[in-house]
Amino acid sequence: MKIMVAVKRVIDYAVKIRVKSDKTGVEMNNIKMSMNPFCEIALEEALRIKESGLASEVIAVSMGSNQCVDTLRTGLAMGADRAIHVDTTSTLYPLSVAKILKALIDIEKPGLLILGKQAIDDDCNQTGQMVAGLLKWPQGTFASKVVVDKEKQVARVDREVDGGLETLCLDLPAVITTDLRLNQPRYATLPNIMKAKSKVIKKVTPAELNVEIKSDLELVQVTEPPKRKGGVIVSSVDELINKLKNEAHVI
Amino acid sequence: ASTLVLGEHENGHMKQSSLSAIEAASRAIGVGEEENSISVLLAGSGESLQKAVSHAAMSHPSISQVLVADSDKLAHPLAEPWAALVHLIQQSGGYSHIIAASSSFGKNVLPRAASLLDVSPITDVIDISGPKLFVRPIYAGNALCTVRYTGVNPCMLTIRSTSFPVSLNSADSRSEAAPISQVDLSTFSEDSVGKSRYVNHTSQDTERADLGSARVVITGGRALKSAENFQLIEKLAAKLGGAVGATRAAVDAGFVPNELQVGQTGKIVAPELYMAFGVSGAIQHLAGMRDSKVIVAVNKDADAPIFQVADYGLVADIFEAIPELLEKLPSKK
Repeated sequence: MKIMVAVKRVIDYAVKIRVKSDKTGVEMNNIKMSMNPFCEIALEEALRIKESGLASEVIAVSMGSNQCVDTLRTGLAMGADRAIHVDTTSTLYPLSVAKILKALIDIEKPGLLILGKQAIDDDCNQTGQMVAGLLKWPQGTFASKVVVDKEKQVARVDREVDGGLETLCLDLPAVITTDLRLNQPRYATLPNIMKAKSKVIKKVTPAELNVEIKSDLELVQVTEPPKRKGGVIVSSVDELINKLKNEAHVI
Repeated sequence: ASTLVLGEHENGHMKQSSLSAIEAASRAIGVGEEENSISVLLAGSGESLQKAVSHAAMSHPSISQVLVADSDKLAHPLAEPWAALVHLIQQSGGYSHIIAASSSFGKNVLPRAASLLDVSPITDVIDISGPKLFVRPIYAGNALCTVRYTGVNPCMLTIRSTSFPVSLNSADSRSEAAPISQVDLSTFSEDSVGKSRYVNHTSQDTERADLGSARVVITGGRALKSAENFQLIEKLAAKLGGAVGATRAAVDAGFVPNELQVGQTGKIVAPELYMAFGVSGAIQHLAGMRDSKVIVAVNKDADAPIFQVADYGLVADIFEAIPELLEKLPSKK
């Protein structure tokens, strides 16, 4: 069984973003970029499944400009066997990403597609669900535990839902999206970074995959959220209780 | 506009977050239009569904009708049959908008349904500026993005329920139940139904106030040091009739279950009073609580970023401050 993992290049989670003054987006020049943390967790899970003998190959996929190759190199250094770069400069919304992933899956025929539950830039939380819908595969979103049963061809997935944990049993092939507590991703070691340089990154375009990039959303503007007014520092619990009672009227 | 709201129910009641989705539909989408019908879809099976339907039909003055899909295939709120159901209903209903709350249910189901209908959904809408114009947070709420939907019907959204609070009188002001109709499921079939099976659901505690809709939220961070110490937070929450929240660090350390996490990837809350104890204030946490009306932060570290968003900050040892609060605060319950 092959496992495909989608990875996205995003502004590093530790960077404090700045909204551009012309409201067209956020500042991207000279900003540290990294693999989306949820995608790292997705890749880590795929590698662990492979290391436990339940999968034969892990394929990392990324989409966008040429710089996505850096993200794919990181994935290869973590342990992915090979990578696919879908080369495009078009704006990709999740529906298009899902269609491209479906086209790649029709070619590669993996038994599992693992993705992060959301990217920390657009916070959409859609792609996994959408590709599962297009493929008519079952989906296990927001996974905090995944157990693959090779014999029965099922995956048992614990999902983090509003009211606790939900366990589902999915027939393979299936789509899984990862939550934070699924695992702790590994760091790429220097020898593995060197080894990754000789691994293959295949390049394709959406047109070669016969996917038309649909644009049914228009970005109107990006603005700063309203700032909270600075508060006061109180000196004691008594003063705090007094303020909450007589000034804020919340207790 | 004609809107379909995907309703969630539990224990014979439609959830508060679904009422917020109806509120969003009624308040904004039909602005300037003569007709603005709102259909609420509930699915499930058996008695609990029937009770929820009766509740839903009385729950909001703007509801035009309640659609009921009663089937064993829909007994659990799984994405596969639900997405197929939405697809089926859209084919005959031709709705202009389909809305769900940004709950774990809405986030799981709505994008899958959108892919079947070949439209781009819009996640976590916090403001509706026009029938096709929406504001949503990006980068953990550090920027707000305005998007226009330019595609064919339906326009599909999940809404952040804290941004569309339901006023108490609107929830009570219906004298007559909305009409109820059964969805014709004779053509309901879908290849992927059955490929996903519900096994079980575990929840640690149902006694607590609901984090998403509580008036008061008391949150603890890593500084609580243990699950045992976290009971101080729970006692304070009980005293104020509030819900318990936690930071990612506190959840990862095993002090409390995951469902209590507040933040970018956890619950988004906007209570009247948010009290954070031993919380440093990482941007991912602030994303989940920055819209609270009054924020109180108690932390020993005077430089903690949480103080920058707090209305009232107290630099103190939480293990001294919480017991003192427990002693001096008036009891709410």
